[in-house]
Amino acid sequence: MRGTPIVSKLLGIPPQALFGQLLIGLINGSFYALLSLGLSVIFGLLNIINFAHGAQYMMGAFVAYFLLQYAGLGYWWALLIAPLLMAAIGMALERTTLNRLYHLDHLYGLLLTFGFALVIQGVFRHEFGSSGLPYPIPPQLSGGQNLGFMFLPNYRAWVIVFSVGVCLGTWFVIERTKLGAYLRAATENPALVRAFGINVPRMITLTYGFGAGLAALAGVLAAPIYQVNPLMGADLIIVVFAVVVIGGMGSIMGSVITGFALGVIEGLTKVFYPEASNTVIFVIMAIVLLIRPTGLFGRSP
Amino acid sequence: MRKHALIALMALALLAGPVHAQISDGIVKIGVLNDQSSLYADLAGQGSVVAARMAVEDFGAAAKGLKVEIIFADHQNKADVGSQIARQWYDAEKVDLILDVPNSGVALAVNQITRDKGKAFIVSSAASSDLTGKACSPNTVHWTYDTWALANSTGNAIVKTGGDSWFFITADYAFGHALERDTEAVVIKSGGKVLGKVRHPLNNQDFSSFLLQAQASKAKIIGLANAGGDTTNAIKQGAEFGIVKGGQNFAGLLVFLTDVHALGLEKAQGLIFTETFYWDLNERTRAFAKRFAERNRQIHPTMIHAGVYAGTLHYLKAVEALKSDDGAKVIAKMKEMPTDDPLFGKGTIRADGRKIHPAYLVEVKKPAESKYPWDYYKIRATIPADQAFRPIDQGDCPLVKK
Repeated sequence: MRGTPIVSKLLGIPPQALFGQLLIGLINGSFYALLSLGLSVIFGLLNIINFAHGAQYMMGAFVAYFLLQYAGLGYWWALLIAPLLMAAIGMALERTTLNRLYHLDHLYGLLLTFGFALVIQGVFRHEFGSSGLPYPIPPQLSGGQNLGFMFLPNYRAWVIVFSVGVCLGTWFVIERTKLGAYLRAATENPALVRAFGINVPRMITLTYGFGAGLAALAGVLAAPIYQVNPLMGADLIIVVFAVVVIGGMGSIMGSVITGFALGVIEGLTKVFYPEASNTVIFVIMAIVLLIRPTGLFGRSP
Repeated sequence: MRKHALIALMALALLAGPVHAQISDGIVKIGVLNDQSSLYADLAGQGSVVAARMAVEDFGAAAKGLKVEIIFADHQNKADVGSQIARQWYDAEKVDLILDVPNSGVALAVNQITRDKGKAFIVSSAASSDLTGKACSPNTVHWTYDTWALANSTGNAIVKTGGDSWFFITADYAFGHALERDTEAVVIKSGGKVLGKVRHPLNNQDFSSFLLQAQASKAKIIGLANAGGDTTNAIKQGAEFGIVKGGQNFAGLLVFLTDVHALGLEKAQGLIFTETFYWDLNERTRAFAKRFAERNRQIHPTMIHAGVYAGTLHYLKAVEALKSDDGAKVIAKMKEMPTDDPLFGKGTIRADGRKIHPAYLVEVKKPAESKYPWDYYKIRATIPADQAFRPIDQGDCPLVKK
């Protein structure tokens, strides 16, 4: 920490402001991490580049809004119901359409999910307009703490803790449990795994459902911060793809760490050169691809 | 069937003969060019198309034998896309008038293209006061409002009530820069000071970083020189970061009715800003709003929609009087004729293209004060027409002889 005052002096801002911005960066990074985690799981295990991820995230937020508006069910219920519902819809999608594409090139899955995303966003925009719908912060998490160097809203603190938990949990399940071992084996050699009497198609369906559920979960988390907006996913998904590419396609821990790190870098850009804050991630992506084409944590094919 | 249609068309052409004399290809073709899909789609978008159609119907174009056709396109807030559509419309599709065009960056590009092609351009959404200043054109009318009018009305009112130190959160493109520049001038002129500013990319999701910088500046007023989704997101996240509780206040320099609707009164209450039209002003505006909402998913008209309606109406009157749809001539005629429409009342268009009418300083009602759907504003003050806009000699418009 001794270096910090020097760094902040060099950069011309007080250390308090720097800490504040670092924390904000981590919070935004947790959204990137959560979303890129879902993408990574789906890509790693299904080899599908899920462009509908942004739309699933947006639908998660909308489910939260509908639950509150029409069923009187608040945030905590939404946190449970929205991911389950979206997982179910995701699995139906996988069963009926995606499963026909596994033997084809990646590009077909990408085009199909991209088409779904456009249709879904178009329908929501037509029905609900583009300015978004309000969603309140749950009363238990409203207000905030004065940390001395910044005012930290309780809700943002919750977002960071919750998403770190989810990321670690997912990583643990896939890398450290028997179920995860089956999943990884099924992607390496489905025929062999099937020979052991394991229902591979069902596992793949469940995995896609899990990925879609993660997207919806991020959507519910985002609803109280941003407007519930038909375009919220489209705006974010491009950045998240960049995060996945930088982290290395299919690497779960890689995308989580990259998500948080890029959130911080983006946050710092917003202080020093805000005009570039929505391009900095792509600059980094270009550099990483030049040096390590498989991403920072990616395995060579 | 086809024969009948042909005969009907010929009859129509004969009947409408005199009017058609100098109308290019017999049709007045109007193109609504705006954001149909992104952050400005509710405040302009399809609503502007509805408003233009209503103006054509209310003008009674069909009964007068004038054939008017309306088309629309999405410029995606990209100047290159907008320019390309404008060129194609003018060159290939024989469009005579382009309407609306939110996003000052795109509007400035279309302004120049319209001038080069000798067509007509009526701006409702775009805000930059440069459209009637440095970039003014004999082919352009700037109808609804501009950055100078917003800055003058809102800026003055806020500095007078004690908000004398400002921090700007500005959208990083032509519109944000113009709004920040014009507001800063008003703040300094009224004895206030600007403590800092930060510029964010258009269509930004997360404002926490910028809000934190604004908080650290200790400025009394955080001026939001942005619009649409950017403004609502900043205000919503500002509440989360305790901006107002901490003693600072937001000045939404450009807020639309649809933004207030999206935020909800709970979050938007107390905001003070400037509009040149509110649907609940009088009987005539209410009647318009009712008809409009029925055709626009119950969304009530913003001042942009009102400007598109009134601008189209006045344009058609000029075309009728002139019996021509030649761009520069119609715009000249529009400037010559006094304006009169149900939404803005009586007014004029100046030599620099600036449409003149009163502006309203409004305050968003508390949830308890709102009695019916879309009952959102209290009118705090009316800025008379002759004070609402930048004096004609201060805009550096080359069309104005000094």
